[in-house]
Amino acid sequence: MVPLSYYLVLSGILFACGVTGFLIKRNIITIFMSIELMLNGVNLSFVAFAAHWHTLSGQVFVFFVMVVAAAEAAVGLAIIISVYRTRETLNVDQVNLLKL
Amino acid sequence: MPIWIYILASVIKSAIVLLVLLTAVAYTVWLERKVVGRMQNRWGPTRVGPFGLLQPAADGIKFLFKEDLTPPHVYKPLFLAAPLIAVVFALTSIAVIPFGNSITLFGYSFPLQITTDVNTGLLLILGVTSIGVYGVALAGWSSNNKYSLLGGLRASAQMVSYEISLGLSLVGVLILAGSFSLTDIVHAQQGHFWGFIPHWNIFVQPVAFFCYLMAAYAETNRIPFDLPEAETELVAGYHTEYSAMKFAMFFMAEYANMITVGCLATLLFLGGWNGPIFGPAIVQALLPVLWFCAKVFVFLFIYIWVRGTLPRFRYDQLMAFGWKFLLPLALVNLIATAIAVAW
Amino acid sequence: MISVHLVLFLVFGAIAVAGAVNLLVQRHPINSALSLIAVMAALAGEYLLLGAEFVAAVQVIVYAGAIMVLFVFTIMLLNAGEEERTQGSRVAFMFGIPGMLLGSLLVAWVVLKHSGTEAVNAGVWDSASIPARSVPGSPETIGPLLFHEFLLPFEITSILILVAIMGAVVLASRPTAPGGPPQKVKD
Repeated sequence: MVPLSYYLVLSGILFACGVTGFLIKRNIITIFMSIELMLNGVNLSFVAFAAHWHTLSGQVFVFFVMVVAAAEAAVGLAIIISVYRTRETLNVDQVNLLKL
Repeated sequence: MPIWIYILASVIKSAIVLLVLLTAVAYTVWLERKVVGRMQNRWGPTRVGPFGLLQPAADGIKFLFKEDLTPPHVYKPLFLAAPLIAVVFALTSIAVIPFGNSITLFGYSFPLQITTDVNTGLLLILGVTSIGVYGVALAGWSSNNKYSLLGGLRASAQMVSYEISLGLSLVGVLILAGSFSLTDIVHAQQGHFWGFIPHWNIFVQPVAFFCYLMAAYAETNRIPFDLPEAETELVAGYHTEYSAMKFAMFFMAEYANMITVGCLATLLFLGGWNGPIFGPAIVQALLPVLWFCAKVFVFLFIYIWVRGTLPRFRYDQLMAFGWKFLLPLALVNLIATAIAVAW
Repeated sequence: MISVHLVLFLVFGAIAVAGAVNLLVQRHPINSALSLIAVMAALAGEYLLLGAEFVAAVQVIVYAGAIMVLFVFTIMLLNAGEEERTQGSRVAFMFGIPGMLLGSLLVAWVVLKHSGTEAVNAGVWDSASIPARSVPGSPETIGPLLFHEFLLPFEITSILILVAIMGAVVLASRPTAPGGPPQKVKD
């Protein structure tokens, strides 16, 4: 059978990949997708702990994390579209001035 | 039962169901051409075999031998993968659809669906429908063609919008049946009202059936919601650049989606395989499957009938209908059902 | 001890890690998006192994089937092309990747050293009212929890979604008149 630590290590690997993507990527949309990857890693951790401590609160919390991720994705993508309309680029290195 | 019997039974069931489904897809095309032809006061296919019954075979051979063009600047991996995604997910949802009661052979009881009775069968089908949107969106984008891109975006926006109404219209049925399992929902529709009206959900939840019907037409991109693939709009939408076998795969995916939606409507609203059972034991085991197929046939006939009769919606009318009429209607139905059950 | 659970965990875990690494390696955002969808599907399989079937279904329907469709739409509409290498990205490459590798190896070593080997699912669940045919994470058990104990977060997240919808519509709409909102005429 699978011990809890294996699930936690997998969750940690996914989270680390998300952070790495956030640091090394230059396209706004890919950075945003790395954030979603981090959230997925955390969700796995929640469900693994829910199975370990035999309570269902972990799974309900995953539900809320997904809902918040959906809301954040909608607003974030709308912001990305507005940034693209004004700056004509999706490269974060070129969106480094607070004024247009 | 031992694991090898389970695997063997699943393989045999998958083979039979896939064979029947692919034949049904081919002959649904024939049925549509005949029925729409008759509605338009012409014959439909008549030359290839008696009543044109070999027309699907002729079409299949034509698709195999047609030249498979790949335009030069397409994004190759997704161009080749998109029809595969569409077909695979259109055929996957058949895995949890039960066709009848369990039959008992050699001392083991085999459920008449490819998997065993899955607890969350309905959620699985909704999930597979959600993933099927990618076939259309990626096909439109990878074709490197502004008409395909706009057609693909329109089609996927339409499918995503009507998925919500589809899901909400099913929640009324779920409240009445108390379970996500498709077999349980069919068992909850046994019996009669006042002796002769069967206890089907279409009589108990007519508004939900209407919402489901409209959402199903929009999900499968059929008239009156087939703007994304109409010939006079955007050339041919997302499958403009596809030819021969890949186009045939999109075609198959559309009709397989129709059949899946028909099977789901039968299970949820038309009482599944419930029907008069009579005759010797072997006939009694097969009669539920026949009733199921008959009801799916009626549903497909209504699909084709509507195709021959109604004009198509404009895109803004389509989206307004989905968001401003169908979604509130499904919500009101849900609230009314919940109040009626809790009373 | 090799069991079906361990094999399936390794298979889904390998797909998830491969998808995550592919997201980092690919230069075009659409490939990264498709890798992320593969990661989410593999995680749905992991949730099924942990007995969370409702969460697995919601993961596929909401995350892989709706949120990622939003991402794919945006990538298509904005016609995002491949990434170029800039000065900033080279620096981040040199320091970020070894740093994250070191950090994650350290955490993995600590976690594996200090934990037992019992199975994660062993033992008795506290909700003794699990219906006979279902797993602990089925809709019949999560539903009452969601609507009784977690009712307040549920209502707050619905308001959150409403606010997000309104915000997204306002942010993504084109400005109606050049030069800002019309001024009131005073005379």
